[in-house]
Amino acid sequence: MSEIISVEHLAYSYPGVDDTPGVAVFEDMNLKVEEGSFVAVLGGNGCGKSTLAKHFNSILLPCGGRVMVCGMDTADEERLIAVRRNVGMVFQNPDNQIVANVVEEDVAFGPENLGISSAEIRRRVDNALRQVGMNEFAQHAPHLLSGGQKQRIAIAGIIAMEPKCIVLDEPTAMLDPRGRREVIDTVMKLNREKGITVVLITHHMDEAAKAQRVVVLHEGKVAADGTPKEVFSQVELLHSLGLAAPETVELCWELNKQGFSLPLDRLGEEECARLLYDAVKTQCPGGN
Amino acid sequence: MEPILQVQNLNYIYSQGTPFEHQALMDVSFSVRRGEFLGIIGHTGSGKSTLMQQLNGLLKPTSGKILLDGKDIWSDKKLTRQARFRVGLVFQYPEYQLFEETVYRDIAFGPRNMGLKEDEIDRRVRDAARAVGLTDAQLQVSPFDLSGGQKRRVAIAGVIAMEPEVLILDEPTAGLDPAGRAEILGYIEHYRKTHNAAILMVSHSMDDVARLTERLLVMNGSKLAMDGTPAEVFARSDELLEMGLNIPEVTRVFLDLKKMGLDVEPVYTIGQAVEALKKLKGGAAVC
Repeated sequence: MSEIISVEHLAYSYPGVDDTPGVAVFEDMNLKVEEGSFVAVLGGNGCGKSTLAKHFNSILLPCGGRVMVCGMDTADEERLIAVRRNVGMVFQNPDNQIVANVVEEDVAFGPENLGISSAEIRRRVDNALRQVGMNEFAQHAPHLLSGGQKQRIAIAGIIAMEPKCIVLDEPTAMLDPRGRREVIDTVMKLNREKGITVVLITHHMDEAAKAQRVVVLHEGKVAADGTPKEVFSQVELLHSLGLAAPETVELCWELNKQGFSLPLDRLGEEECARLLYDAVKTQCPGGN
Repeated sequence: MEPILQVQNLNYIYSQGTPFEHQALMDVSFSVRRGEFLGIIGHTGSGKSTLMQQLNGLLKPTSGKILLDGKDIWSDKKLTRQARFRVGLVFQYPEYQLFEETVYRDIAFGPRNMGLKEDEIDRRVRDAARAVGLTDAQLQVSPFDLSGGQKRRVAIAGVIAMEPEVLILDEPTAGLDPAGRAEILGYIEHYRKTHNAAILMVSHSMDDVARLTERLLVMNGSKLAMDGTPAEVFARSDELLEMGLNIPEVTRVFLDLKKMGLDVEPVYTIGQAVEALKKLKGGAAVC
């Protein structure tokens, strides 16, 4: 499969104010994202997650190395619009991302700037709202919606641009449990059914567990990279980086300290329950 | 012992008499003891934030009463003013409310408004800074030069410096990584213990409230839907899920175990789960 994003020897420092030195975030960062994949990016506060994401659609440009998106160099000014059409971003706070007074106008904002026909805009807006399950709210005022609904409107605004990749930077941090489920289900559906590449930055381990691949960043470097099972079973490493595994894995890890010997790759509740059931039962064949 | 805070038949209606009229609180009653750690859960729009703003007199009840130490906070202007110091409120993303030139001055803002003497203000600023793990050197820098997690601690210190008897926090750990979350929650728990303060914490993290609190209030549709220990509340998992809430992951694992035929009591934290499984395994070994 081909790569949609390729980060090659990326170096980046935030410029210093007045005479103070800048803050180096990356010195030699390398990462490839395959087209159609669903990648979760984890890391402590300040590890460079958001800085990396902003390189994916030219909000930030490398100080050294390069970032390629669909074969285009993000630093190539002539390709700027093409890069941004291919990679859309959704941020943490839904209230900072909504520009219009009516939901469908908000979703239309992006495509209107593409210079396409109004019939095509109509088609894209309707389609995008349907995909996030918000078509009934097309005529509503965005500020009266719940947080989860607002984030889905923000996602619809990105989908209407028909990008190949969506990058979400902690899209659920401000949402209640239902809102979180709505957003994650929407993102997973877009990935599965439309083949859109998803890069999800999150602090919620249960969300990351749903990805195909988990990348852990620490101090501007990749500290772990693999399937959720491979990454989350490294509980000690995660703890040392100020992270945690999903509760199911943390439970098995604690039990192992108490004399159990359980594998640490059962992320789902059901498979964890089955594992625990067997662990307790095998001690007592035919048990009660 | 008399509760520190009593909420009696509280009703609140936003924009009463306009087309935007909305009843955000409906007949809410509960009381809070000194030193108690309470969790408040509820979906977006359930009335949590409105309730919090009632408790320190930022909003005035449409009807019903808030009693602080047995006295109605709206019965006298002095009491209303006092309530704003004695009940400390930390909003969501409080780091966006920092405004002073130095961390010291920002933390000192609350105590200064209380009309305290300069040496008392100084003591409180230093105590509060230490209570959230800020160093003396950090007191002299601009709050805007700090990281997000540090800014959040400055904001919390600014409220703690008023030494409130009731500390209310709206999602104090939103947007922090697991280590940052544990750190902030540790500071809050420490403040509760050292000051015998009541803590009311709004959270969307069922795992956090299950681990920390002794009692949970569940808001739903402007009403207080449940009031009980985490064990009592999470036992009603079907109702919680219907409200758009959740139950801790380990609780769900144990519900599955029970369905599979294992004789387990419900658990809410990893610690409880470990103990329960150890007992089961130990018991099985001798059978």
